[in-house]
Parts: sequence; C-alpha cells; structure tokens
Amino acid sequence: MADPVLSMTGIRKAYGPVRVLEEVGLTLHPGEVRCLAGENGSGKSTLIKILSGVVPADAGSVTIAGQTIGADARQAIAAALSVIYQDFSLFPNLTVSENIAFLKTTAGGERWHRARADRRLARETLARMRVDLDLDMLVELLPVASKQLVAIARALANEARVIVMDEPTTALTRSEVARLAEIIAALKAEGVAFLFVSHKTEEVFAFCDTITVLRDGQVVAEGPTSAFDAARLGCEMTGRAIDTQRLARAAPVAAEPFLSVRDLARKGDYAGVDLDLRPGEVVSLVGLLGSGRTELSLSLFGMLHPDEGTITIEGRPVRFTDARDAMAAGIAYVPEDRLTEGLFLDQPIADNITVATLSSRGFLSRSALKKRARDAVQRLRIKTPGVEPTVATLSGGNQQRVVLARWMERSPRLMILNGPTVGVDIGSKREIHEILLALSRAGTAVMVVTDDIGEAMALSDRVLVMVKGRITGAFDADAVDEDRLYTEITGGGRG
Amino acid sequence: MRKLSNAVTSPQGVVLIAAILFALVIGSINPGFLSVATVVDLLRNSLVTGIFALGVMIVLASGGIDVSFTAIGAFAMYATMSLVLGLDVPVPVFGLFVISAAIGACLGLVNGILIGGLGLPTLIVTLGTLSLFRGALLTFVGTVYITNVPRNVVSFARTMILRMENSIGQLSSLPLSFTVLIGVTIFVAFLMNATHFGRTIYAIGGSEEGARRIGIDVARVKVWIYVIAGTIAGLAGMTHMTLSRMANPFDLVGTELNVIAAVVLGGARITGGHGTVTGTLLGALVITLINTSLLSAGVPSYWQKVVVGILIILGTGLPIVIDRLAKHRERLARAAV
Repeated sequence: MADPVLSMTGIRKAYGPVRVLEEVGLTLHPGEVRCLAGENGSGKSTLIKILSGVVPADAGSVTIAGQTIGADARQAIAAALSVIYQDFSLFPNLTVSENIAFLKTTAGGERWHRARADRRLARETLARMRVDLDLDMLVELLPVASKQLVAIARALANEARVIVMDEPTTALTRSEVARLAEIIAALKAEGVAFLFVSHKTEEVFAFCDTITVLRDGQVVAEGPTSAFDAARLGCEMTGRAIDTQRLARAAPVAAEPFLSVRDLARKGDYAGVDLDLRPGEVVSLVGLLGSGRTELSLSLFGMLHPDEGTITIEGRPVRFTDARDAMAAGIAYVPEDRLTEGLFLDQPIADNITVATLSSRGFLSRSALKKRARDAVQRLRIKTPGVEPTVATLSGGNQQRVVLARWMERSPRLMILNGPTVGVDIGSKREIHEILLALSRAGTAVMVVTDDIGEAMALSDRVLVMVKGRITGAFDADAVDEDRLYTEITGGGRG
Repeated sequence: MRKLSNAVTSPQGVVLIAAILFALVIGSINPGFLSVATVVDLLRNSLVTGIFALGVMIVLASGGIDVSFTAIGAFAMYATMSLVLGLDVPVPVFGLFVISAAIGACLGLVNGILIGGLGLPTLIVTLGTLSLFRGALLTFVGTVYITNVPRNVVSFARTMILRMENSIGQLSSLPLSFTVLIGVTIFVAFLMNATHFGRTIYAIGGSEEGARRIGIDVARVKVWIYVIAGTIAGLAGMTHMTLSRMANPFDLVGTELNVIAAVVLGGARITGGHGTVTGTLLGALVITLINTSLLSAGVPSYWQKVVVGILIILGTGLPIVIDRLAKHRERLARAAV
C-alpha cells in the first residue's frame, strides 16, 4: 500500500487535570474514507482541532503529505488538509464562486481580487464534482445541501488531499446523501482521502472503508468496516452493549384521544391533515425537511395558525392564538434547534430547567427552584457536577435532557418533540428514548417529529408519514420495516 | 426587468424614491429648489459626510461599528492646524491633508489595537475613544477657534472646480476639496473590490469564525480596518476645515448619527458583511438632501433629528421586512408546485 497521506502518532492532550486524548494514533491513505466514531466527549473534536492546527497537542506528531504540522491552521491548510465543519463556515454574504476560491486565494497569499479567475476556478472545481450551481448566487440563499457542496468545492479548489467532514449528513435528505456518496466515490478515485467524524451508524456503514473508534480519549477499536456491525460499533463507542431493537412498551393506549385534528390546512405548508394523539401512545411523524412536518407541529402548539380545519382537545374545539394558549391546554413543545430556540446557554442549568414553571404570583424561592432542578437532574441522569454551571458546559445529549426536564416540570398532557436526538450520540439517544417512553407510560401523549427512521421505529406505536404537506401513510410500528418507510417518506410509495 | 424591480424594492431603492418624492414636495413649495444649482449645492454640502461615510462603510462591512470617527476628524484637523501655526513654517495644503491623515491613522491604530489586538467589542471601544479623543483634544491641544488660517488654505478654499448661478441669481459652486472625496472614493472602491484584503473585510463581516478557520489573520485585518477608517476621518476633518476656513475644535463631534444613517441607508448592514461605495455615497446625498431641504423649507432644525431617526429605522428595518416577505412568497411558491 502507498504511504499514508495523513498520520498522527502518540497524540496526547490534557486540559488542566482532565486528560482528553491519550496516545492516539490514526492514519489515512490516499483514496481512503475513514470514519472517526465516538460519543460526545470521547475526544473527537479535540483530535480534529489538533489535526487542523487550531489547538496544540501536548505530545505526538501530525504529518500531512510528508509535512509535519505544528499548531498553525495555515500550515495545515497549506499541507492540503481541509476541515468541513458542521456549520460549513462559509461566508453567507459572498457569492458561490467567491466562497469556492477564497481558501485558495487566502492560502496562496493572493494580493488582488480577480473575479474572473475566481469564477474560472469555481467552474472547473464544480465540473470536477459534476455539480451545477449558480456561481453568482449568494451562499446565504442556498439550501443546506448546496452549501455543503460549496464547502467541499472550496476544499478541492485548494487541492485538498485530506478532507475532514464533521457530521456531514445531519442536515441532508436521503437523495442528497446518495448524491454526496457519489461525489465522494468519484473523489476517492482521484486519490482524495476523507475522514468522517460521525456517530450516525447508518452513514458510517454507507460511506466508510475503515473505522477508528474513540472512547474516553483512547482508540478502542480500529479496522475495516466489514469487521464491524451496528451492535459492535455501538458497543465499542459506549463501552456497553446497546440494544438496537425496539423498546418494549406496556401501557394500554387510551381509547379517547387527547388531541384530535380534522382537515387541518395551512396554505403552502400542509393540507387535509387528520390526526389523533392518545394518552399513553407515542406517535412519530416522519418526513423530509420541507415536508411540512415542522409547520404542522408548530400549528398544534399555537405558533402558526392553520387556515382551515379544527383542533379539538378532549372533544372540545380549541383555537390557539399563541403558544401560551397551547401551554395552558397542557401541550409542551421541544423545538428542533434546542441551541437557538430552546436553551439559554449562558444561564445556569437550574434556571433553564425551571424557567417554564416559575411561580405565577411573581415571587421566586431560589431554594425551592434549586431543589426541583436537582431532582430533575437526578431523574433524567444529566451528567453535571451540580445545577449551578451554565448549560453551555454540557454535552449535546445532556443539553437535550435539560430541555426535556424543563417541559416535564410542567407535567404536560401532550409533549411534541421535534428532532429530539439530532446531534446526540447513540448512548444518550437510547436514554432519551427511554425517558420519553417512561413519560408515555405515565399517561402523556407523545408526538415525535423526525426524519430518523430508526428512531421512529424504536420509539413509537404508530408512524405517520408526511410527504409534501400531506399525511400519506399511517403504520403500526410493529408491522412495518425501515425500507418501506424510506420509500414512503421520499414519496416513492405513491408511484 | 427583474433586475429593475429588484433595484426598486431594495432598501436603497425605496430610500432613493422617498428622497426624490421628498425633493419634489419641497420643490412644489419652493420652485427655486429644483435646479442644477441645488444639485451642485447638495454635492458640496454632502462632501464631509460622504468622506466620513466611506470610512464608516468599511467598518460596517467588517461587522464592526465606529462612532469615534468625528472625534478623530476633529482631533486630527485641529492638532494639525495648531502644530503648523505653532511652528510657523509654511506647509502646502497637500501637506496639511497628509499630516491630518497621519494623525487620524494613529488614533485609528488605538481603536485597532483595542478591537483587533485585545478583541474588545467595537461599539464599547469606539464609544470610549470618542469621548477620550475629544477630551484629549480640548484638554491638551486647545479650545480656541483658529481663524487666522494660512493664506494658502484660504486660496485653496476659494478655488472652485465648478461654478454656476441659478434662475434667481444665487451662486453655487464646487470647491477644489471635492477632489478629496473623489480620491477617497476611488481608493475605497479599489480596496474593497479589487484587492484580496478588501474581500477579506467582507468575509470577516460575513463570518468571523469562518474567516479564522480558513487561516485569515482576523486580528491583523481588524487593526488595518481601523487605521484606514482613522486616516479617512483625518482627511474628512481637514476637508471640513478648508470649507469653513477656520479650525473649530468643537465642530464635527455630534454628527456621527448623520453619517451612520447615511451608510445604513446606503445598504450597509449593522450586522456586517454588506456595503458598497455607490450605496454609501447615495446615502450621504439623501441625508444631506433631507437636512438642507428641510432647512430651506423653513422646518425647525429639531425636526431634522426626527426625520433622520425615522430614516435609520427604515434603513435598518426595511431589509429585514423585505427579507421576511421574500421568504413568505417563496413558501407560497413552493406550495403552488
């Protein structure tokens, strides 16, 4: 085999007394796609920061294309490494062609701005990827999938030989993932090596040739993808056996729905929606981004107003003017983007948990609030030394639990969760599912809005499929398989 | 056609149309208003605002904000004049501009080091230096009006590149110092559009973290941005001096809002990443038009502040509202498919 294009050996890193990485080694050959798998807090992100020269290692060496890299981002870029972050780090106010050319012109110490040269470089790079994009479009106007393509093109325009991708498929639909796979296959053939940072098992198996598993700052498993299956990967990442099967459910489902929806329609978002949510039942609403799933759930929470149709709660018709009405009716909503819509990151955990249930008389008892927060932390097993630290100090899975804790404090009759485990690793994911099931057993109606089929299958009693604003299928989760659901959500089921 | 309708509904388009309507209304009250002479007057009156505005536009494009530039302009202008008169050596007018620009650059460097070097928030730093530079000027340099300006300054001020008379015999003219605005315009347009450095400024305004991640030395670029803005402020201060033919240390400070309004009306966003030279100059013209025409229509000057306030809110609010409408329309279009 040829010499590796990237090798890291004996990497060590500690923040104060906390050892984040211990003797980590990793190699990558030209044309290889390697997955760096690990849970949140396993040291993945620190390793990437060291690799890209953003953070210095305490010991060990990084060699890219024969050059040793110190703690200097520019050196790493010059040595043909490109990191594509989850947020892509593009410039939203600049055009596609400028964005694609910017890395190369910056790395090359270019003095002048040559719009025509930028365009030529962008056109050639996109042609190499067999992608067609409007070069003069502002990047902020592009859909997420196209932004990712621009980010890849930017790396390629700088003759990147190693591309690190952080959670590359999180925001993509299935057909977009397939397209990404094609592009990666073509670039592999040209000798570009990829390092995928991921904890989504399906994509690890779909994309990667080799896997390196990181746990608690150490490499615990390494080998070709064929040596792993979902169970082993989960087991290596978490250090314990994870059951990937459906969770058992017990509670009998109530006959009378808590909330019913008939013929609900909102112009441009959804139409003709019928829906019943019963206490003790978990219903998943699956659909692609843009299928209307988020708009429908926001309408149930009073944040969007339907144009037509009725919503009834325990048989009585209701009309919510805003979220406050919905909350008063016993509905809780956990938003899709917990970081911007749900949490006050710079505030203590205690305040975040109790903010939705402050006393209505206008006085607060700090000690009572703290006690409630401590109970919630214990009940939901949030990993934190106390309730005083800010939410920003928690990992993704634990942050999501804080959001759950906040709404569970209200003892809702119906809990709607939008993408409850996006960006959460599998260990935490399983635990969040268990929390939701416990909630359901206690008699709460639960609706989960997701595009993660595996999640819908593991969690729910019924799965509703939403395509282009309409509910096109309803399935008993025991009587349907994943492939069928995949076909359904992409609209394939209707021919 | 689509481009035209886009231009008309863009925030600058709306502001421009509003300004033209406004001029027509004033013109119907005061028929002498609508003339070429008025246009020349307008250009002359927007001179200092225009120069300042170009400097502020660079700062806004990088995602920062500067409110200290008037203090820099006043300091540079007054210090230059006291220095030259104190030493009593003959300095050509061009030399005065160079000294003033250099002093402006040094004061801008103070902003740059605090913002770029130490990473402090731009509004806080420039609010601080606004007060600091002004206080230092009045405490250490002087508080007396300098009216005995050198003869060459007087003759520079009297040299006109354009002169005309309107129908009722009023004279209006464009002074030689208009070339300073032309020079600064060419420089800023070149910097922002033809150099990699200029595109880097927009990039930082678009995503500072993104810029850092592709290896741009953000701190260094920021230091330069404030040095350039300070230099331009120094030139604006000196231009103001030649127009009024005296150095008044109490001048300029207090006009920040006018200039920032001009830049925002010209399409630069407070949130960074946007701003053009043409838009900025247009904004300066509109602000000046409103201020002077209200005055000529006999509206009390306090009303100008009300109007400028409304314009700032319109200029910053319209892009947001238009953006929201566009998203709504897109949603409906998606539904139609």
